[in-house]
Order: sequence, then C-alpha cells, then structure tokens
Amino acid sequence: MSLDKDQVQHIAMLARLKLSDEEYAENVKKLSKIVEFVDQLSSADTDGVVPMAHPLDAAQRLRPDAVTDINERDRFQENAPAVSDGLYLVPKVIE
Amino acid sequence: MTDFHTQTLAELSRGLENGDFTSLQLTEALLQRISAHNDKLNAFITITADEALAAAVRADAARAGGSAGVLNGLPIIHKDIFCTRGVKTSCGSKMLDNFISPYDATVVAKLQQAGAVVLGKANMDEFAMGSSNETSFYGAVKNPWDLECSPGGSSGGSSAAVAARFAPAATGTDTGGSIRQPAALTGTVGIKPTYGRVSRYGMIAFASSLDQAGVITRSAEDAACMLGVMAGFDERDSTSIDQPVPDYTAAIGKSIKGLRVGIVRQHFDVGLEAETGARVKDAIAMLESLGATTVEVDLPNLDLSVPAYYVVAPAECSSNLSRFDGVRFGHRAENAEDLLDLYCRSRGEGFGDEVKRRILTGAYVLSAGYYDAYYLKAQQVRQLIADDFKRAFADVDVIAGPTTPAPAFKLGDKFNDPITMYLNDVYTIGANLAGLPAMSVPCGFVKDLPVGLHLVGSHFSEATLLQCAHQYQQQTEFHQACPEDFQ
Repeated sequence: MSLDKDQVQHIAMLARLKLSDEEYAENVKKLSKIVEFVDQLSSADTDGVVPMAHPLDAAQRLRPDAVTDINERDRFQENAPAVSDGLYLVPKVIE
Repeated sequence: MTDFHTQTLAELSRGLENGDFTSLQLTEALLQRISAHNDKLNAFITITADEALAAAVRADAARAGGSAGVLNGLPIIHKDIFCTRGVKTSCGSKMLDNFISPYDATVVAKLQQAGAVVLGKANMDEFAMGSSNETSFYGAVKNPWDLECSPGGSSGGSSAAVAARFAPAATGTDTGGSIRQPAALTGTVGIKPTYGRVSRYGMIAFASSLDQAGVITRSAEDAACMLGVMAGFDERDSTSIDQPVPDYTAAIGKSIKGLRVGIVRQHFDVGLEAETGARVKDAIAMLESLGATTVEVDLPNLDLSVPAYYVVAPAECSSNLSRFDGVRFGHRAENAEDLLDLYCRSRGEGFGDEVKRRILTGAYVLSAGYYDAYYLKAQQVRQLIADDFKRAFADVDVIAGPTTPAPAFKLGDKFNDPITMYLNDVYTIGANLAGLPAMSVPCGFVKDLPVGLHLVGSHFSEATLLQCAHQYQQQTEFHQACPEDFQ
C-alpha cells in the first residue's frame, strides 16, 4: 500500500513535525516503501495469538506511594530554553 | 609504557594492581592516542579529558587507600545515549546538542562507583536509529579497518573506538542489533543482555520494549567483567528484573564440552554472503572441536522479524520522542507564532531525516484505523517469534550463526534505501523481539574486513554466551588482530 501527500501531511501533523516540500516528496516515496515492506506481516497466521505485552511476561511493578526524590527544579530548569519564576515559558496560549 | 592501548581491561587491571603504572599515566596515554587518531574516525562527540584526568587521580588515591573497585582506574567510553551529569548528552542529535544532563544514568553511576575512568562520549546514529552511524548529527564514524567503510550502528562510535584501541571497553545500546552489528563489522566483542538485565534509567529511550544496554570490548573476558558491574536490579527502571547477577568472570573459564549449539537452517539460506557464511561455519566447527554438539533448529517466523520490528520500534519511538517539544529542554525554534508552531518547528529543525521517518512510520501504524493491522499484528508476530525461540531452546543451549549478512559496507552505499539498511539487522532483531541475550564474537576476515559469530541464548543465560565466546577466544586470535593504521 502506498501513501499520498495528504496522508503524510496528516501523520506529520499528528507527530507535530514541520516538513519542507522536499521532505514531503521524499517521505511519500520512502514511507510507501516501508509500509509496503511491513505489509508482509499480513501473511502471518496469528489467529488466537495473544499479542506480546512483555518479552519476559513480567507484570508491571508498583512502588510505594512515597516521596523519594528531592525537588531540584532549578537545576533541572538549567536546560530549559526559557523560564521565569520556576515556570517554563511558551508562546501565548490564551488571549 | 607505550603499549597501553594493546592491552585488555583484564591486563590493564593486573598492571594497575601490581603498581606497574598508575591510572593517571594510563589515562594520559590513551587521551593522547585519541587526540592523535580520532580525526580519522570521528568516534567521539565529546572527549572528557579534564574529567578523566581528575577521575584517574581519584582512582589512584583510592587504590593507595586500599579501596579500589573492580574497574578502579580503568578507562572506558560511554555511548552518548547515556546521561552523564554535567556533561553534554546529545544522543547524536541536533535536538540535544545543547543538553547538559542534570543526572547520571544508572549504568554510568555503577561504572563510576566501580572506579572506571570515562574518556568521553561516543558518536552514534541519531537517537540510536540507524545501522551505519551515518544518521548522526555529528557526521558518520569511520571503520578503523577501512576508512571508507561504516563501523556499523547505532553504537558505531563505541565499536570504532574499541577496535582502534582508544579504550578497552565502551558501553552501547541495542534495540535491533545496535551493539552486535557494529561489533561484528569492527572485529570486536559485543553483548546485548536479556531485556531487563541492565537498567535503562538515564539511557535515552528509543523503543522501550526492545532497548537494552550492553558493552563492546575486545575479549569476552572483558565483557564479562563489564557486564558484572552494569547488570542488576534498579528500582528506577520499571522493567528492571530483580534477579541476582551471577559471577560472569568465574563462569567463563569452564569447558563447553557437551554444550548444545543450535544451527538455524534459515540463517544460511539466501542473503548470506558466501565467504561470511564460510567463516561462521568454521567458527561453529571450532566449537564442535571444543566438545560442543550441534543440532539443527527451526525458526519458521524469522523472515517476519524485520517487518515486525519496523512496526514496533517506530511505534514506540514516535511515542518516546514526543517528549522533545522545545519547551523543557533541547532544541527550540526561534520566533514561534504559537504553541503548535513551536512544537512543529522545534521538532522539524531538531530531528534528522531518519528519525523523522521513524516517527512518521510510528505515528502512521498507531493512527486510527491502522492500529490493529500493524501494531497489534506485529505484537502477535512478535509472540510467534518468541515461541519459536522457546521451542528451539528446549533442545539447545545457544544458537550460533552469522551476526550480519556480509562484512562492513561502504559509507553511503545503503544510506538512501531504508529497506536495504534495515535488512542488515535480519539476524540480530529476533533476540530483541524475544528479549533474549545475544552477542557477537570476531570469527575471521573476508577481504581484510572482520566477520562476527552471533550467539543467542535463553533468558538470563549471559554466562553461557560469555563462556562459549571466551572458550572460543582461547583457541583463536581474531580478536587480537589490530587494524593497520591503529597498531
């Protein structure tokens, strides 16, 4: 199955990726090849097979609901592009 | 004192213990070697000379004080996917070019506690997505055996650095073969442990159900030593398995007499380059001469492992990489019009072509209407593949075969065709899908390029793999061969 530009635009928006026209053209081609390649999966007989949830069948471990880490907000925010008073700054969302 | 680089971790450890040299002397010598030769290879993203020298001084003091850890004063390299506190951790991406990690990965902390000295952060495919190291924002790494060839990927900086004798060991990560394939293509040893054996905390996530940390060395003995330090339960990784870590170093000395080695018929069918296959068959014959018996096993769904992987891995990557949004850390686009524009442009600018392609593939297979046909189907096929392995391991202790279909390929050769590149991992991907431990061991050369023997075991059988590899290396010298330009 091949993808067209509209489909690639739709998934690029879902993935929040801005692509150039060139990148769209390239991805229509290459994603179509990839999708065609993974379509081989449809040949497998998987009736009644339970999809794998964990390679070792391990259950999700839970931890006690207790505070174990100290608050290091200032240090972590050293990597942030823009902060003010401990808050991350983004373009205005609400007028 | 000039032959530090030729020695293994075990040999250097004995030298330090005997007081033949200090960690500072060793560290200085290797840093010098790196600065003289790295330009040829581009194996590093960051060289941490100052930190390394300071750590060496601390290690020497610890030894003098009688508190030396297993790896005290021994130089290693970290793949730049592991978070290192106070040091740039880029994951090979422009997205994290400005990221200074505020914390250490568990693997980093454990190795540091054991006394290891970190010389730098190794180059890698961007976010570990690639099999040639060509997707790195910092440029491709070159193979020390032939500078026109790829060292493999994604742990290509790690494999090239160990092959060029910049350090005796380098950490790596393996999602579909990213430790074993580069190890095979550079004539080094690479082990990917059982899923959950080594903590993934602080290891930048690509596909969380497949990712596992491991190590690249020149000898199986060194891999055993490194893995012994790296492995173990970590409450900070929700998929970490709480099982005791065996003494790998003690286990490797035992004979492999009676070991049942499985040979997969499909491995030697179409697609395998003839001479590579011949070297692998020689290696299997060597295992037989050491007392192992061979048994033919069948992995009927092997052909579906690459397509299943290229659904599961991109799906998980698209979800994992959604954290890179230009808000809290990483690359941020300038003059964004609004929040959506900030997200889309930060990601569009920060990610390279292959990463974008995998995010898009993942978003597609997870999107409404396609989830059942792709993601769910792939997880079912994954179960079939895991069942195949389970059946095989009822009759054998390890499965042996080729790590890659052919030796190292030329840089640029496969770069424009994702499917050809993906098929390079056909023999390695199964172990990730089933969560099994696997390793690659040098087993000869084809036209002066190294070939790897691939060993896969059942869950938590790392000791058996290392034992098999070590016993093989006692009889062979392939792992001691050094590329001509890096003697």
